[in-house]
Amino acid sequence: MRLGLIFRLFRNSAKIQRKRIVLTVIAIAWGTVSIVMLLAFGEGLKRSLHRSSRGTGEGLLIIWPGETSIAYAGFPAGRDIDLLPEDVDLLVRSIPEIGSASGEMTRWGTLIRYSDKDLIKKITGVHPSFGDMRHQYANAGGRFLNRLDYEKKRRVIFLGDELKQDLFGDAPAIGETVLVQNVPFTVVGDMIHKMQTGMYGGPDAGQGVVPISTFEALYGRRFLSNMVLKPARPELMEVMKRRTFEVLGSKYRFDPEDERALQTWDTQASQEIQGKMMLGIEIFLGIIGALTLIIGGVGVANIMYAVVQQRTAEIGVQMALGARRSWVLGPLVLEALSMTFAGGFFGLLIGAGLVEVLGYFQSQATGSAMAFMGRPTFSLPLVLITIAILGAIGFFSGYFPARRATAIQPAAVLRYE
Amino acid sequence: MMRNGNNGKNGSSDAPLIHLDNVGKTYGKGKIQVEALKDVDLTIRDNEYIAIVGPSGSGKSTLMNILGFLDTPTGGTYRLRGEEVSGFGGDRLAEIRNRHIGFVFQNFHLLPQITAFDNVEMPLLFKGTPARRRRQRVEELFESVGLAERMHHKPTELSGGQMQRVAIARALACEPDVILADEPTGNLDSSAGGDIVELFQQLWGKGHTLILITHDNAIARRTERTIRIQDGCITEDTGVS
Repeated sequence: MRLGLIFRLFRNSAKIQRKRIVLTVIAIAWGTVSIVMLLAFGEGLKRSLHRSSRGTGEGLLIIWPGETSIAYAGFPAGRDIDLLPEDVDLLVRSIPEIGSASGEMTRWGTLIRYSDKDLIKKITGVHPSFGDMRHQYANAGGRFLNRLDYEKKRRVIFLGDELKQDLFGDAPAIGETVLVQNVPFTVVGDMIHKMQTGMYGGPDAGQGVVPISTFEALYGRRFLSNMVLKPARPELMEVMKRRTFEVLGSKYRFDPEDERALQTWDTQASQEIQGKMMLGIEIFLGIIGALTLIIGGVGVANIMYAVVQQRTAEIGVQMALGARRSWVLGPLVLEALSMTFAGGFFGLLIGAGLVEVLGYFQSQATGSAMAFMGRPTFSLPLVLITIAILGAIGFFSGYFPARRATAIQPAAVLRYE
Repeated sequence: MMRNGNNGKNGSSDAPLIHLDNVGKTYGKGKIQVEALKDVDLTIRDNEYIAIVGPSGSGKSTLMNILGFLDTPTGGTYRLRGEEVSGFGGDRLAEIRNRHIGFVFQNFHLLPQITAFDNVEMPLLFKGTPARRRRQRVEELFESVGLAERMHHKPTELSGGQMQRVAIARALACEPDVILADEPTGNLDSSAGGDIVELFQQLWGKGHTLILITHDNAIARRTERTIRIQDGCITEDTGVS
C-alpha cells in the first residue's frame, strides 16, 4: 500500500527540465560505458593471463639440482646434489602423493635439419607423462611420446609449433624424418599452439622433445637437467614437496630441511600470486570506472537539487496534507534512480556493443601485445557490479537533495516561493 | 477552565479542541532574534468560527502555522484535545496534520500537474484509506463544494474561485477537527471571494470548526469570534468570556 503510494506520487510528479535530464542520462550512459569497457578489458586480460600461465602446465613442482647449505651426516655444506633419471622412478615408487613425474635432460645448440633447412635448437629428453603435465598436446593426426617410445628408445621427436613451422612451413610434418645432430628421427606429432608466460629454458614452441631413454643413449648424459612433478591432487603439493626432500635427502644424504639442496619452483604458488595481482588490477580498473560514473551521479544530484528547489512548495503542501518524510523522499529517490538506470541501461547496451566490435578487431589482430591483452569479455558479474554501482549512485544522488527538503519545517517550505 | 491530567493518547472529549498556553515563537539564533509570537494563551472549542486579524508582520501567519503544526513553537505548551503535542517528531506531526487539520491557502497550493480529483484524493492516500472509499469520498466532497462536473480537470483549467473550492474539498477530505484558512479570499475577485465566504458559512452551519486569517474586516465581521493580533501579542479576543 505504502509502496503503491510512493509509486503514485512518482508518477504524478512534474516533468521538469527535459534537456538537463537528457544530458545527465547521457553522462550516466557514458560513465557506464567506461566502467563496462574497463571491466571487460580487465576480464579479458585476466582470462588471457590465466590461459597463458597455464601454458606451462598447472600446479607443477619443478626441481633442479642444487647445493647443500647445511652440514649433514658428516658431509659439509656446499656439496652439489645431482639428480639421476632413476630418481624419478624412486620418487614415484615411494611417494603416493605424486600424480605424475618426468625427468628432463636438455641440450642447447642442437643441429636440426630437414631438407635444406638447418636450425640450431634446444632438444629435451623427457618421460612420456611430460606431455600432459606441461600441456604439450599434439595437433590432429599426431601424438605425444608414449611408453613404447621410451622403453624401446625409439628415435622419435615431438616438435613445438614454431619449430614445426620453421622446418616444414604449412606442409604436414608427421611421419617425416628430421636429422638431429645427423641422427634421423621420425616426427610423431607437433604441438597445438598455446600461450605460455611461465617458462624455464625458453618457450615450448621453439623446441623438440624426444624420449629421455633415447636422449641418454644418444648423448651419453647421466644427470637430469631437472624434474617435473605433479601431485595427484593440487592440495597435496606441500606434502609431495616435503616427501620429495625426505626421499632424496635420505638417498643423497642431505638434510630434508635444507631448502637449497634442491632448487624448486612451485607454479601453483606463482599462479596464486598472479591471481591476486590480477584481482588488484581489476579492482583498480573498477575504481576508475566507478569514478567516471560518479561524475554522472553528480549530474543526477545536481538535477535533483534543482527539482527539489522547484518543488519546494509542492513538498510543503504534501507535508501539510500529512505526507510522512519517507513518502516525500521515496518518489524523489525513485526519480533519481530511474534517471540513473535509464543511463545505465543505454550504457550497458553501448558497452556490450563496443565489447563485441573491439573483440572482433582483437581476434583479427596478430600483434603479440593485442593478442596478449585478450578478448574483452562481457560477463554477468560485470553487469551485476555495474548495476550495483549505478544503484548506489542513483540512490545517494536522490536521497541527499530530498532529505534537505524534508528536514525543514513545512511552514518554511511553504513560505519558499 | 484548565483541565489537567488529560494527557491520555486520545485526550478527553470535554477538553477544548485547542489549548495554547504561553506559546511563543522566536526566529533566528544569537544576537539577531525576531520574536514573532509572545506568550500567547488561546483556547478554541469545537464548532467555533474564528477570524484572526492583524496587519502584515503581526505574527498571524506564525500563529496559524503553529496552530496547524506546520511549525513548532519555541516556548509554551500546545494541547490538542487535552493531549500535549509539543515534543512530537516529524512523522507524528504529519499524522496529526493529516487527521486533525485541513488547510486552505491564499494561493491554493494545488499540485498543478495532477487533476483536481487527484489533489483531493491526496490526503486520503496519506491516511491510507482504501481505494473504493477514497473514490466515494472524493466524489462526495466535489458534490458538497459544487464542483462535481469539474473534478477531472487540471487546476490550471479552473478559475480562482473553483481552485479554492477544490482546496477546501481537499481540506475537508479527512474530516478534520479544524479548518485553517490563510487569506482564503486574498487572491480572488470579490464575487468569487463572496462565494467562498458563503461556503465557509455553510460549513460552520454543518458543525465544522473554522479559523480564518484575514485582512478583510467584512469577512471578520461574519465570524462569531475575532482575535486581533499585533506585534506577536493578542490584543483583542471577542471570544474571551
